[in-house]
Amino acid sequence: MSRVIVVTSGKGGVGKTTTSASFAAGLANRGHRTVVIDFDIGLRNLDLLMGCERRVVYDFVNVINEEATLKQALIRDKNDNNLHILPASQTRDKDAFTEEKVGNVINELRDSFDYIVCDSPAGIEKGALMALFYADEALIVTNPEISSVRDSDRILGMLSAKSQRAIEGEEPIKEHLVVTRYSPARAETGEMLSLDDIQELLGIDLVGVIPESKAVLQASNSGVPVIRDEQSKSGQAYQDMVSRFLGEDIPMRFLDAEKKGFLKRIFGA
Amino acid sequence: MSIFDYFKRKPTKATAAIAKERLHIVMAHEHRVANGPDYLPALKRELMEVIAKYVHIQRKDIKVNLERHGDCEILELNIALPEDDEKTATAN
Repeated sequence: MSRVIVVTSGKGGVGKTTTSASFAAGLANRGHRTVVIDFDIGLRNLDLLMGCERRVVYDFVNVINEEATLKQALIRDKNDNNLHILPASQTRDKDAFTEEKVGNVINELRDSFDYIVCDSPAGIEKGALMALFYADEALIVTNPEISSVRDSDRILGMLSAKSQRAIEGEEPIKEHLVVTRYSPARAETGEMLSLDDIQELLGIDLVGVIPESKAVLQASNSGVPVIRDEQSKSGQAYQDMVSRFLGEDIPMRFLDAEKKGFLKRIFGA
Repeated sequence: MSIFDYFKRKPTKATAAIAKERLHIVMAHEHRVANGPDYLPALKRELMEVIAKYVHIQRKDIKVNLERHGDCEILELNIALPEDDEKTATAN
């Protein structure tokens, strides 16, 4: 039975696409047939983070409008045969999305994939609502920052009111919290919301904490999901996140501030 | 950070606690609005129109709250009537 997972946040720029790319790559790497769909119609970006921007021929809207088959539009990842990408359209076609048409595409994908990852656009408009409508589970991407936490809370409200599971009174969507751009040192000094604060405010289980790291930008510059950078803390943190999502019980890492040595304190980093 | 920073370093303020407190308040409010019945905004608007026929009030002068205490729901209406001089002004 395949699972549909929406990666969402409400607020823009918190790391939804970065998380979608790494989450999907992680699932695929462990042998699960995975497809990641870019729901951000008009502002396609997932293709860049996955490094397949030059291989886009057809897109999600083409499939919805039956101008192309799924087979034609799906792009297979260069490094992993288990991973496929369904890119967003560049032209803004607001009316392309209907529950029925998106549902048809998702149902067709269910035949060939174990995990269907939906990368949501920011906001609470149609695209975001469509991305979450068919979800079985949700990754709520949140920064330790006041507006991001509030917007995540709004999105949690949407999941419990506007999703198919909510409307049809089925078992609710399973929600997982992913905190990105976390800086333990700043949380320790009380200048940044701590993990405990965020969990207390949002009241959902934590599945991953991704520390603030230069590796994320380097990975997106190169078009490789950061999870494949095994040396980086962010990559390792995403690996851990995927393991926890798949049911492994492993402790959170990178939660303590790095202790600066005496010389570093004197002469600077 | 280098030795020079030590001289100009100001203590960082622990503002996370403020952020958390503000979020608690605003999110509790938003949950009440989200969980409230759909007719609440319309009820508020129509009440406002009726009262405005008789006294000069502004939108901020009328507060409609719905609170839940167990099985019991309390609809609380709070209408601040204007001072006497304003009232006579609208009567004329």
